[in-house]
Formats: sequence, C-alpha cells, structure tokens
Amino acid sequence: MSPRKHTCCDGFTRSQLLRNAAAEAGKGLPAIEPGMPEPAGTGLSRRKFLSRSAGLALAVYGASKIPLSAFETGIAQAAQNEKILVSVFFDGGIDAMSVLAPVGDPKYSQLRPNLGFAPGAGPTFSEDTRLQWHPAAAGLATLHGEGKVSAFPAIGYDHPDQSHFTSRHYYEIGELQVGYRTGWLGRYLDLVGNDENPLQGLSLDGDLSPMLATSNVPVAAIDSVDGYELWSRTEDPVESEMFKSFARFGSLPSDSPGLMQVRRATSQTDKLRQDLAGVGDFSRPVPYPETWFAHKLAGLAAYINVGLPLRVVTIRAAGGYDTHAEQAADLAGNLQETCEAVLAFQRDLEARGLADRVLIEMWSEFGRRPEENGSLGTDHGAAGCAFVIGSQAKGEMVGEFPGLSSLDEDDNLKVTSDFRGMYCSLLEQWLGYDAEPIIPGAAGFARPTLIKP
Amino acid sequence: MRLLERAGFGAVPGQAEALVPLGLVGAVQSLTQPSGSAVLSGPPPTDDEGNPIAPADAWGHDHLWWLDRMVRSNQPLVERMALIFHDWFATSLANVSKQQQMIDQSNLFRSHCFGSFLDLFRAVTIDPAMLQWLNGNENYKWAPNENYGREMMELFSLGADRGAYTEDDIREQARALTGWRNDWSGEQGAYNFRFDPNWHDYGDKTVFGQTGNWGWEDAPRLCVENKFHPSFFVDKLWSYFVPGPPPDGRREELIGTYTGSGRQIRPVLETILLSPEFYEGPPMVKPPVVQLAGMLRALGRGVDTEAWIWLCEEAGQRLFWPPNVSGWDDTRWLDTSRMRARWNLVTYALEGISVNPWSDEYSTTETAEEGLDRAIASWGTPALREEHRAELLEFAQRAEKLVVAPWQKGPYRAMRQNALLQLIGVSPDLILQ
Repeated sequence: MSPRKHTCCDGFTRSQLLRNAAAEAGKGLPAIEPGMPEPAGTGLSRRKFLSRSAGLALAVYGASKIPLSAFETGIAQAAQNEKILVSVFFDGGIDAMSVLAPVGDPKYSQLRPNLGFAPGAGPTFSEDTRLQWHPAAAGLATLHGEGKVSAFPAIGYDHPDQSHFTSRHYYEIGELQVGYRTGWLGRYLDLVGNDENPLQGLSLDGDLSPMLATSNVPVAAIDSVDGYELWSRTEDPVESEMFKSFARFGSLPSDSPGLMQVRRATSQTDKLRQDLAGVGDFSRPVPYPETWFAHKLAGLAAYINVGLPLRVVTIRAAGGYDTHAEQAADLAGNLQETCEAVLAFQRDLEARGLADRVLIEMWSEFGRRPEENGSLGTDHGAAGCAFVIGSQAKGEMVGEFPGLSSLDEDDNLKVTSDFRGMYCSLLEQWLGYDAEPIIPGAAGFARPTLIKP
Repeated sequence: MRLLERAGFGAVPGQAEALVPLGLVGAVQSLTQPSGSAVLSGPPPTDDEGNPIAPADAWGHDHLWWLDRMVRSNQPLVERMALIFHDWFATSLANVSKQQQMIDQSNLFRSHCFGSFLDLFRAVTIDPAMLQWLNGNENYKWAPNENYGREMMELFSLGADRGAYTEDDIREQARALTGWRNDWSGEQGAYNFRFDPNWHDYGDKTVFGQTGNWGWEDAPRLCVENKFHPSFFVDKLWSYFVPGPPPDGRREELIGTYTGSGRQIRPVLETILLSPEFYEGPPMVKPPVVQLAGMLRALGRGVDTEAWIWLCEEAGQRLFWPPNVSGWDDTRWLDTSRMRARWNLVTYALEGISVNPWSDEYSTTETAEEGLDRAIASWGTPALREEHRAELLEFAQRAEKLVVAPWQKGPYRAMRQNALLQLIGVSPDLILQ
C-alpha cells in the first residue's frame, strides 16, 4: 500500500504546494499571490509528541505554552463518548455531475458526449430519478438505500469562485472571506475543547487540515494509524531474536559521541517498540479493501473503539479529483477506492456499536463544468456535491438538482444549497453547539434537517 | 572509505579500489576537480508505476530528483556540496512558489560549489527562491525589509554574537539590497524577477563603517571583506566534514588558504579533505538522505518509489524543506521518531533484496557464517566494527537453533537472512560516516 499520486493541473499543483506549505506551520508562511487568500492554519507552531496513552506519534499544533507532558494526562482524562464528525475531502473539485449523473436531463448527453453515462449504467438515485449514481459510488448508493445518506446535489455559495485555492479556503473557514486564520472546525474546538487534548481535532493525512486550525486549543496530525512499529520481513521467533541484537547494538560500549548518539537512539527505540507493542495493531471486525485510504479509516474506527477522545477528524479522500483530462478512469478509480472504504468504515462502526456516535461529511471545493472539455476532462465549475452519512443521518436530499437547461452566467451548474447552512446544521444538530459564534452570519442561513429526529 | 562517505554518498562496489592507485591527493582531487558535466549512470528515477518523475510539477518529485542525482552522479562531491549549501543558505518551499525555483537554486549551488564564495553569495542574493524566502522581493526603498539583510550576516557569512555587525548595519544592508521585485500570476506563481531602479534606494549607506552608494552586489562583498568572515567560513565548512572545531593551527592554515586564494572554496575544501583530523577524528551521524543515497548505491538500486518522499520526511530530512533558515540541526538527527524512520528506510531499501521466506527456494543448509557473508555482500561489503560483526554472527547462530521442525529449515534461514540485512542497515556502521 502506498499513498496515491495526484494528477493535476499546474494551478492545482501550486495550490497543493501552498496547502502543504500552510500546514507545515512553523516553517514560515507560504507565499501568497496578491488577491489570493492566505490559507487558514498558518502560524500555528508544531511540535512532535509521542503519546504513550494513545500509542501515536502526533504532530501537535498550537497551544505552544502547554508542556507536552500535560497532553498525556489530557488525553487520558478527556471525555470519550462525544459525538464525532469525520470530514472527508475530495481534493481538487470532484465532478458532481459524475457522482450523481443527471442522465435523465435532456441536455446531459449533449454536454457530455464522451464522458456521459448511459442510463442504467449505475444505480438510480431514488429521490430524483433524473439522477443516477456513478457505478464507482456504489458504496454510497447502498448506504443511501438504507436511509443513511443526505445528498446535496448542488451545494456551493453565491458568486462562486473557481480557484481551487480560494474556494477551498472558503469551505475550510466557513466564510466567504480571505485572511481567516482559523478553520470552522477549529473555532468549534476553541469553544468546546480543552487545552490538554490535541486528539480533539485530528488530521489523518500527516499535515494539519486548515479546517482544524484553532486559536487556542491544541490539535494534531498523524502520519500513520499504525502506532510505533518497526517493519521487517521476518516473523517470530526469528524476529524476536533480531530485536535482541538490535537492542544489543544500543547497549555496546561507545568510544565517540557520534557512536554514543546512535547507541542511545537505538536502545530507546527498541524500548519504545516494546512499550507500544500492539497499540497500533488494531483489529478489523469487518473486511476493508486493501488500500491506504481504507487502512486509515480502519485505524480510525479502532481508535474510536478504544475510546480516544476525538471530536472532529479530517481525511482526504483517496487520490485527486482535479480531472482536467482523461477523467473517466481516474475518477472511477479514486471514487471507488473512497466509497468502498467509507462503506466498510460505516459497517465497522455498526459492528462495533459505534455508528450512532459518528457522522461523516464528504465535500469538495467546487463541482466541475457541465460541458466537458476537449481533453476528455472537465474544467472548474460552480455547484458541487456533498454528502452527510451515518446511522443518525436524516437521509434526505438537501436542495434540488437545478437541471442543465438553465446554467449560471459562466455556464456552470447553479447552486441550490449553501455550504454554510450545512455547517450550521452539523454544528447545531449533530455537535450540539450554537453556530452563531462559529459561522459568520449564521442567522442568515437556512438549516436543513440533517439528523434523524 | 571515509573520503567517499563524507565527500560523497559512499562507494559503489569497486569504487574504493579504483581510488587507491591515485594516492590521497589524487583521490581528493578526483572529487574536487571533476571534469565536464556530471554523468548519471544507471536506471533513471521513476514513480511506483515506473513512470518518469516530474520534478517541477509533481508533489515531492523534486526530492526524488535530487536523491537520484546523489545516487547516480559520477560527481558525488558536487552533490554533497550542493547539499551543504542548501543547508548553509537554507531555503524552503514553504515560502517559494514553484518547485522549479528550488531546483534552479540547487543548480546554482552545483555550479558555484568549488569557486569564489563571493560569486556564490551574490548569485544566492538575487536567486528567485531566496528572494521569495527571505522577502528580498518585498524590499523597496519606501519600506526596506530586513529579513535577508540580517540572515546574510548572521547565518550566511559572519555569525551572531561575535561583534561582526550591528543592528544599524542590518538596516543599511537592507537599504543596499532594495530594488528586486517580481510579478505574480495564478499560472506561474512568482516570475519575472528583476531589479527595478525605481524601487532601489540610491542614497548613501554606511555598512561596517564604510559609506557609499551600496547596491545588491556590494552587500555580499562587504560581508566577505569583513574581518570576521574568513573564520566564520572555514569553521562552518569544516563542521560539515569533521566533528568539533578545527584545532587552532588548522584553523589558521584554512583561513590563510581562504584569504590567500581570493576566497575560493575549492582550496579550503581540499585542505579539509587532506587534513589528518578528517581521517583520524571521531565519526559523524550521516544526514538521513545521505544514508539513504548511500544504501541505494551499495545495494545497486535506483530511485523507483515515491515512498522516499515521506520516509525521508519522517526521518527528518525532506530536501527543499529545511526546518528553517538556519538549516538542519546536525546534532539532532536521531531520536526515537527519527530512528524508527531510519529503520523503515532500511526496510524499504531492502525491497527486492530481501528474500521471501515462504517461497520454498531458500537453502535449508546455509550455515550462520554463510548467511552473514551473503548479507554483508548484499550491502556491498561495508566495513563493520568487530563487535557488530560478532553480534550478527551470534544472532545468526541463535536463529538457526530456533529450527525444531524440518519445515522450518528453509523459511527460518530466509527470515534470518532478512533480519541480517535489516540489522546491518540499522547498525551504527551504516548510520555513521
């Protein structure tokens, strides 16, 4: 298993770099082009911390005045039964018109002569039979059939911005502005979280999602869900003997500072390996696909199961979705990898009796242009799709599919729901916190009902 | 061996033997005076699917691009010096808009690494990556930005807390450096770097007590002409090759060599590489990418996986992402997190070299000595300390005693081989240089 590669346009590569830079907080601020917003999440200090109670090597962000040792206690003492929101980000602007393809719209085949799906190629979307699920999104279709998916077929905001960077920034901060340094989930954590539990906001992608950038409380990112393992191509009993010799390398006499440094690190590493043995060795009550993304979700389910004090978790969907060319194969592969894993994750939570505590939100920074381009791909568009998934999800579509006969002034899909309304509902109905101090202008957004009564 | 390890990335099989007839001076000069442009031999770098890498465009492929040069170049000291100057003038993609600009900067290090330090310093001063990184492109006469003016003295040429410069000198240097700017576009990021006379402060500036209408070419010159510079330069260059400061006599010799040559890098470097301290002094911890490049060379493997990007990041050294403007901290390469990452680097490096314990093909009669010899040979026969070799042999014998059923004979020996390969890779012998 290895992290999947992104294929993307130049502009996206750049925004990817900037994002990467932004999340590498403490390494200097990224270059910002005039007129482009600074990403949230910059300016947080980052420290490495190995939590023995959690069995994880954490990159902890923010709250630099707190001694690392306090986190150990904080993690152990924090409440372990909070509601959890998992954000899954389709990075690059997923083609909403492929995920829920409007095969019943008379203009569809004209706009998508090459990329369009034939009617019946995927499961019909029962709430609007003009739409049909991408065959690779079968996992979502299954959960939708069980009433566990609320779909937003055309989500966005007024005057949509078609820059990956700007639009994503809006979604991350929960506001149509540039220059915010905190994310919408970070502001929630600032209000409900505490100073000593960095696991309350956790990114599973190695770097911190700007959504989680806080002002006050610490949050964390992890490189791997696998704990502290030393990989080898041996098995017991040979492996145990191997580690005995490794430990011996650490305890032999030294005749120079350099050698002593290696020996000390060797012996500490071996000790920690033993102390943390088995922590990252989680079980899987249900089968997961053999992919990196699925592996991370399997780890997350296990963390929730052992009672790690999580509140909001972010992860990037498998692969990249900036499909300017040769869209069909890339999108199908990445979407399938993502949806199969999400289905397995939901089944895992159900099997462990945790499904009522976890809600998944899937989103992207925008949708793509209804009319396909000349490279068998699609360019940046406006309205996109989002999904709220879970046993407690209402399972009812929010905002209608606007149809292809009337597009906006840039020939893009019109928006029929506002992402900030979705955020307000998630905060108030799921996380149980008033959206007013978190989402600017919250009073002005209609709250769709996202949770079962 | 030490010469090849510290002035390069270790030997490929046969390389050390080839240097012997040259004698020490000849061997050093073969590294410091390469002829022509570098030749990269062996398979070119690819991603995990075997596609060519895209260093300017694909995330992390800049790292793979340089790692590949370390593995394959026939001018290893050029790559090692470029790495040294990447650390010396530490610039990070955190504040640079394009990977290509970082690659260009590293090429600047390659082309200047043996020549005049002033030429290098001037080139770095107006290098697009550096202009972005330390805000040289936001330094105009109406509001000078002191970022580069400070670091060029504190970190690049003179050193802090030595009385070499004052806060006023920093402000005046910043004024001397005004005038560089660039354009921006969504497509290209920062581009079209140029000197704009309208942005430059043409008034008199006083730096180190000398007054003149100084400009960007003068600012680095004034630094290298400062009497505190030669000792800073030789100590810093020395620190990359020998642990601990140079003994007094050696420092005087190096300073003399530097100033006597008109501040050329090569003669100082040759003096360091010929000094007894270099060969007789204690070992140093290899930087993570140096260890990795050396392992790939020894194993005869090219760059064929993107895993090196995140594995090196975890090990503490992602190229083009130094932790800050002062570069990597060479005293802190190893802790439990970094050491685990090095272990995993070794595991990944052994992909394709380790054997499959369950293939039914491994010898059922191999002795402990034979197993150890095979593992050492796979690593290109590195020099192992006697006590490490003894421990490895003891392990090999212990592992053999674990066989209690006939079906275990082959699989356990194969696992023993894998364990020996792993243990050699994480032994102090491969981590130290």
